[in-house]
Amino acid sequence: MIWTLRTLFIAVVCLAFTGVLAASIWTIADKPSPVNLPQLLSENLDRSGVEHPVTAVLLNFRSYDTLLEIGVLVIAGIAGISMAKTATLEDPELRTSDSLLYALQRWFVPLMLVLAGYLLWAGSDRPGGAFQAGAVLAATGVLMRLGGIPMEFLRPGRLLRLGLALGFTVFLLVAVASAIGGEAFLAYPPGITKTLIVIIESVLTLSIAMVLLALFVSAPVNDAEDSEEGSSS
Amino acid sequence: MTLWLMAGLLFTPLAWAVLTLLTDFARGRLVTWGGILVQVLVSLGLWLTVARDGGFYYGLGGWDAPLGIELRVDGLAVTFVLLTAVVASACGWHAGIYIDPDKPWHRYFWPLFWFLWSGLNAVWLGDDLFNLYVGLELISLSAVGLVALGGKASALRASLRYLLAALLGSLAYLLGVALMYGQFGTLSIAGIASWLTEHPVPAGSGLALALMIAGLALKTALFPLHQWLPPAHGIAKSPVSALLSALVVKASFYIAARLWLELGEPLGNLVSAQLVGLLGSAAVVWGSWLACRQLQLKQVVAYSSVAQIGYLFLLFPLTYSVSESVSLQAQQGITLQVISHALAKAAMFLAAGNLILSVGSSRVDALAGVSRFLPFSLFSFGLAGVSLMSLPPSGGFAAKWLLLQASLESGQWWWVLVLLVGGLLSAAYVFRIFRASFLESPESDQFYHPARSLEVIPMILALLALGLGLVSEQVLSVMALPFEVEGSP
Amino acid sequence: MTAPLLYALVGAMLCGIGLFGLLRLSHLLRKLLAFNIMGSGVFLVMVGLPQHQGGQDPVPQALVLTGIVVAIAATALAIVLIRRYYHLSGMTSLEGETTSREGGPE
Repeated sequence: MIWTLRTLFIAVVCLAFTGVLAASIWTIADKPSPVNLPQLLSENLDRSGVEHPVTAVLLNFRSYDTLLEIGVLVIAGIAGISMAKTATLEDPELRTSDSLLYALQRWFVPLMLVLAGYLLWAGSDRPGGAFQAGAVLAATGVLMRLGGIPMEFLRPGRLLRLGLALGFTVFLLVAVASAIGGEAFLAYPPGITKTLIVIIESVLTLSIAMVLLALFVSAPVNDAEDSEEGSSS
Repeated sequence: MTLWLMAGLLFTPLAWAVLTLLTDFARGRLVTWGGILVQVLVSLGLWLTVARDGGFYYGLGGWDAPLGIELRVDGLAVTFVLLTAVVASACGWHAGIYIDPDKPWHRYFWPLFWFLWSGLNAVWLGDDLFNLYVGLELISLSAVGLVALGGKASALRASLRYLLAALLGSLAYLLGVALMYGQFGTLSIAGIASWLTEHPVPAGSGLALALMIAGLALKTALFPLHQWLPPAHGIAKSPVSALLSALVVKASFYIAARLWLELGEPLGNLVSAQLVGLLGSAAVVWGSWLACRQLQLKQVVAYSSVAQIGYLFLLFPLTYSVSESVSLQAQQGITLQVISHALAKAAMFLAAGNLILSVGSSRVDALAGVSRFLPFSLFSFGLAGVSLMSLPPSGGFAAKWLLLQASLESGQWWWVLVLLVGGLLSAAYVFRIFRASFLESPESDQFYHPARSLEVIPMILALLALGLGLVSEQVLSVMALPFEVEGSP
Repeated sequence: MTAPLLYALVGAMLCGIGLFGLLRLSHLLRKLLAFNIMGSGVFLVMVGLPQHQGGQDPVPQALVLTGIVVAIAATALAIVLIRRYYHLSGMTSLEGETTSREGGPE
């Protein structure tokens, strides 16, 4: 009884919330916004170094967002591997030796690697970019892991931590180099903007794939424990 | 010069996060202490610059708002940057000694610590709605990672609850951001505020502000959305609890306060302002009451945080449709409350960690006899308590005094009752800890003695909280500084 | 009614559904799925609303991309925490001990 009443109450609250939100959206949608950001953006696009506006926003106009966003990914990766207490993140039990999977893998892994490369390159003038490429790359890694291909670099050692931090580090170094060069923090020097963005995108792809794969692999667990503060067990 | 300070402020925490990720705990500690030095110097330098020349806007990447992300470097922001530098260095110093370097997973403490710090700096300086969201997530995820570090079931339970609450809060905030962008076409808070001063308020814009403030209130653990806070703050390692209580909850409150002060007058209304104030008052009473009834020492301190956060939300009614001077008084009172609570609560958690380390149990009744053995830590705990009880000359007293004046002058006398009851109840839970520790225990004196430096750190913080009341004039004068000439830094 | 406005309204509905799931469900994985549904709703509102009248706008598209990455990071971290929590305590929800025998994920 109480359960039903509670469900009913929550349902009513959520319905009311949806209604108010939809009404608000309906009202807002009628009026044009006072600032025309897309126009401002297209006026400045040729100074950004890339042709695709979304990539320009991500890696030039609002690059600070992207820098912090990669930081968030790295945090998730760190917190994830901090849960794994063994010397290796690989759990042999989770490998499947399915012959179909194995056959599929031989076709798919190279294909997916090429696709990741294409997505990365496409980002400069059409939809695509570091994150999409990184996601495909991570999916390749997941497929390889399921098929039992050993991946030594996934030990929680220095190599993995270096891989997690690589994209972030390069991004940060470019940001600081621009500050040392006398521009503002995160401003790319004119002329080599495109080169820098391509470099950043490539290392970001690797790092994003690495973080996602590390999180996928570190989800299985073992029994190591830490004693709670104060309990002298 | 300013360029260097800004780059240093934004760059050092992120760079040190990477550096410490590549080392083990012991080496990470040395690297961190070096980084703390840099960060403190840079924060102090920026504070002095702003105190001398006034605030400015700083466009990142050379792009100004609304196209790029602008940082707002004003007196309030640099004061909080400096506060963060003080509290975080104290916690970092304490953690380096307190945390066991032999557990392999403790190496991940340092990178998370530095990411947390960089997120805090991003939030204090942020003036872009979406950038603030990313900053908040940076803070939340690293805080959750710090709580979960060690991976015990109870810690995971607390951190999962914390994570889900934080994520829901962020989504509500982001939904508000989406509505704001749809309505105004810009993400710059200053841009929206200046447009609103010249034009009539468009219909349907109140919901965006309400959603954002509700989400942030959940992240700040405003009553009745506070249940996630005590387990998370209680179970984390003491330096982590200190960071969470002193700084992390303040970040989301800071954004809510900034939004309210810039946009509350046109977009808010009287009922919601009074309602938020009422919830804050309920938090003061209910949090203090529960703090009196907890059996675990750190739970007492954590519930005390719920109560002290409640005071902060009195900002909303005390700045809505009141005279300029009352509003300023309320803002100053709340700022002092944030600073004094940050210092006092960090001191309290660190001292509590020492006490727990010494008696080997986290229960309040296990403290019996510790007064003879660890008087220094207990004294720090008490000094911090003086600030929470708002006795003169502490910063807490100065803060409550300003709030009292603001309530009386705006005719909202009912908040005075909250201030009085809250003060009495906080005295009750602080004295309860003292009573427990002055009891003589029949058992033998099996106490472990923590390192001397562990005891010094909370004492310094507690003294700072206590002395804040004496220098509140100077602190507040920097915050009230006007902006430089509009536009270029 | 244009297509972007429809996206925004559907987004509002997804927000409501996700909110209901977050408040009502107790299984942690379901809560996490509800969070993702609500997140998708927010992203739809974010990308739909500004493009209703202004035409194509790359800024919200970029913001949503950033938002998705942040949501993925949070989701992945939550799954790691949930799996370890289940492994250690055998529980799939945060509510009291009584619900612990509901059975775990396959």
